[in-house]
Amino acid sequence: MTSNIKLSCRNIWKLYGADTERFLKNTPAPTGSDLKKAGIIGAVRNASIDIAEGEIFVIMGLSGSGKSTLVRCLSRLIEPTGGEVLFDGIDLLRATDKEMIEIRRHKLGMVFQHFALLPHLTVLQNVMFPLTVQAAPKAQAEAKAREVVELVGLKGREDNYPRELSGGQQQRVGIARSLVVEPHLWFLDEPFSALDPLIRREMQDEFLSLQARLHKTIVFITHDFDEAVRLADRIAIMKDGEIIQVATPEELVVNPASDYVEEFTKHIPRSKVLTAGGLMTKGAGGSGPPIRQTDRISAVAERIIMADGPVPVADNSGQIVGSIDRQAIAHVLFGAGGGE
Amino acid sequence: MIRRLDNRALIVCALIVVTIVLGQFGRDLSKALDMRWLVKFPSAWVVSFKDPISAGIKWLVEEAAIGPVSFTDVTRAIAWMIEQPYELLLNLLSKGFTSGQGSAEVTLLPAVSWIVVTTAVVAFGKYCRDWGLAALVGACFLYLAIFGQWDSAMVTLASVMIAVPIGAGGGLMIGIWAYRHPVGERLLSPVLDLMQTIPIFAYLVPILFMFGFGPVSALVATIIYATPPMVRITIMALKAVDPEIVDFGRMVGTTERQLMWRVLVPSASHSLMVGVNQVIMLTLNMVIIASMIGAGGLGFDVLAALRRLDIGAGFEAGIAIVVLAIAVDRLSQAFAERMGQITPPVHGQSWVTRHKRTTLVVVLLGLTWVLGRFAPALLDYPDSHTLTTGHFWDDVVKYLNVNYFDTFEAVKVFFLQYFMLPIKRTLLGIPWPWAIAMLTLLGWRAGGWRLALLCGGLSGLIAITGLWAKAMVTVYLCGASVILATVIGVPLGVLAALNRRAGTAIGLLIDTLQTLPSFVYLIPVVMLFRVGDFTAMIAIVLYALAPAVRYAAHGIRNVSSDLIEAGIVSGCTPRQLLRLVRMPLALPEILLGINQTIMLALSMLVITALVGTRDLGQEVYIALTKADTGRGLVAGLAIAFIAIIADRLVNAGARGARIRFGLES
Repeated sequence: MTSNIKLSCRNIWKLYGADTERFLKNTPAPTGSDLKKAGIIGAVRNASIDIAEGEIFVIMGLSGSGKSTLVRCLSRLIEPTGGEVLFDGIDLLRATDKEMIEIRRHKLGMVFQHFALLPHLTVLQNVMFPLTVQAAPKAQAEAKAREVVELVGLKGREDNYPRELSGGQQQRVGIARSLVVEPHLWFLDEPFSALDPLIRREMQDEFLSLQARLHKTIVFITHDFDEAVRLADRIAIMKDGEIIQVATPEELVVNPASDYVEEFTKHIPRSKVLTAGGLMTKGAGGSGPPIRQTDRISAVAERIIMADGPVPVADNSGQIVGSIDRQAIAHVLFGAGGGE
Repeated sequence: MIRRLDNRALIVCALIVVTIVLGQFGRDLSKALDMRWLVKFPSAWVVSFKDPISAGIKWLVEEAAIGPVSFTDVTRAIAWMIEQPYELLLNLLSKGFTSGQGSAEVTLLPAVSWIVVTTAVVAFGKYCRDWGLAALVGACFLYLAIFGQWDSAMVTLASVMIAVPIGAGGGLMIGIWAYRHPVGERLLSPVLDLMQTIPIFAYLVPILFMFGFGPVSALVATIIYATPPMVRITIMALKAVDPEIVDFGRMVGTTERQLMWRVLVPSASHSLMVGVNQVIMLTLNMVIIASMIGAGGLGFDVLAALRRLDIGAGFEAGIAIVVLAIAVDRLSQAFAERMGQITPPVHGQSWVTRHKRTTLVVVLLGLTWVLGRFAPALLDYPDSHTLTTGHFWDDVVKYLNVNYFDTFEAVKVFFLQYFMLPIKRTLLGIPWPWAIAMLTLLGWRAGGWRLALLCGGLSGLIAITGLWAKAMVTVYLCGASVILATVIGVPLGVLAALNRRAGTAIGLLIDTLQTLPSFVYLIPVVMLFRVGDFTAMIAIVLYALAPAVRYAAHGIRNVSSDLIEAGIVSGCTPRQLLRLVRMPLALPEILLGINQTIMLALSMLVITALVGTRDLGQEVYIALTKADTGRGLVAGLAIAFIAIIADRLVNAGARGARIRFGLES
């Protein structure tokens, strides 16, 4: 991640209980037992992350792990007890109410788990709503709204009401609505969790193709590790309000920071996570046309197994940087960690 | 059911027996011991609250002022603000614009014709739902015209049309304020509790003092009475909005005002309309009571007829109120539904084609105003064509009384002799210190020391005001009615839940009973049983029956189907299923229904004072006729205290039952 940092948070704490601010001032780095003694619940504890521009950053955790609280601290829907949130270098927690309204109107978008569509407005009016509260010119707002409605594939349903749509369609409206102001930073709070598995997969694919076109900076919340692996550039795993590990899916699988993380990664087929770059033996070698460093093993496994010798691996610029042979692939597919 | 009697149950039983025995023989006992103060609260110990209160109100009205603005100025300003729109509507609907106040050349307009009003409600009914509703409300308004109730009905309608927007709008505003400021809600909650439990009569007196006798006073009283539920529903509805929707609103950068009016209120609109409907029904409920302090219209007709014991006229006017209530209720409900529905906007076309009905009504209005000069029947329904059923009702009553006098008398005497009087005697015989002690104990058992303190404190206060005996009569009348209402209502509710056809019929009956203004119950009962406690009881039972039925039906219906299936699989007969599964699980709900029944019974008490009961209700009523503020408020508060004690005890009991069944932790 060499590109510049879009959003970063430093030492975010969100504590619930009596007089939490003074408590945090007196004990700047409370441990779990400190909190327990004071009768305070730590919903988010000392969270620090950096999210790069154009990145899909997934925050993954089970229910009660504090992931929703953290994302609400990042968007300042909840006031954190301590810490700072820097968005394009501006500390959001210091922004006045007025400044915050301006930032939200133009730079942030959010998609909600249960869609949060306004029941009294049509699809088009719902999508236009963010522009309406900004008092944007009506014709312009409507044109823009129609454009994003089409983008999410709902053309023809503009005059329907939310309750007339299926869950998947409703979430498309939610997505269109959050994109209508062309946000720089896009929060998605478990957007697909309320959908059926089949629809969920379809929506994930569409989400990826949408992102391929739009290149937003994305904070995506999920409790589903499969989903996280499928979508993420990087994943932060949370437990009991703390971030346990921040890493790419591949790193998580190869180097889990704790047993807790490993427990999630166990059931993930490694061939779908590991890349050719991660598996190759460095140095020149192999013969035949090269495969790319970023290719997932599952996509190239067949070719490597069918090849007579090692297959060369090239980096993004086409330079050969290493090679992979049959054994390595067999190890991933059938060896330790492959099917366990 | 045979239950092992453990120590605790034994103590409870013993205490109950002691209380009853004390009730029976307390009077003799106190005489024998020469301690009459045990039964009759000694007058030397009475602390008079009423005089300071009266003096306080007098000071408020006559002297209180902040700077140059006196309290009276404020009340006058309020009165003026209410009076202006009211006068306008009244002139429009009933009186006509009779004088050209500024200059003599102002055209005098007659009131809107009965034809136009009827057409307008029919058109509105069609707009809100369908021709069925349109026909119903049209028939209601035609009835009012044909039976000669039109003028009074329009006066009543005018006051409803003023009170409802103020009550609903004001309630919405207060509710929003309380939603935004949690402290406000905490302050408001006990006030709302008290406002809903104090009988209306109690605050009629101070209002009379502040605003004088007249329609404005009546409107103020109506608004105060009808607003609290709207406030409650607003707070609840706003809180029930999905937190995600609130987050969404803030995420798109709404200002506080945009968040409230463009996100929260529209999302909650469905529940809010329920509140508006409540306001309408309560307003209509107040119609007769408000006429005691100067509202004209149908309420005044009923009251006047009741005072003359002119059964026929009272009945007719009473039915007219019911008819008006039904029309307004159905219209407002349909309107609420309509608002929640999808209405594709009509594009293009001219205003007239888009608003056909409005155009029709406006054209008719103009036509009747012009042509009315030549054909008065177009403006006022001709008196010669009105029907009256007054004589018919008089005759019916006469016939019943002549031929079935003995039967009615026998029923009445039976109930008095074997049901009401024993309860009354027992309650009046219980020494007041014992009663307070028992209530405290009960409070402690049901809800810990706080409830004990509340029960003991409030009952002690009632004793100190010297109203103990009257309070006991109140408890007796209310208690007897509640027992009867429960005995009738709960089985009805169970039946309604178990049998679909019975359910429909009972639902209809209960709906009708709830639409009727409370006064209307008195009329037929007085016709048959004349004045007295028995009449009062019947009227209270009819009025308070609805919640007992409703909650019982709801409780039985809501028993989880898994449990029913488990019962069937275990081989329960239908009877066992009811007794062992359904009833116990529905108990908390049934208790809440009884709680509501008690509340309604207490609110009806003051009204029954009109037929000669001798309880706190009568005390309030007397205070009203003498304009004795202190006396009225003290007695009203005593009723409120009884209501609060009953409410808290039953609620604690229901909670206990729910915890026992694991439905609540």
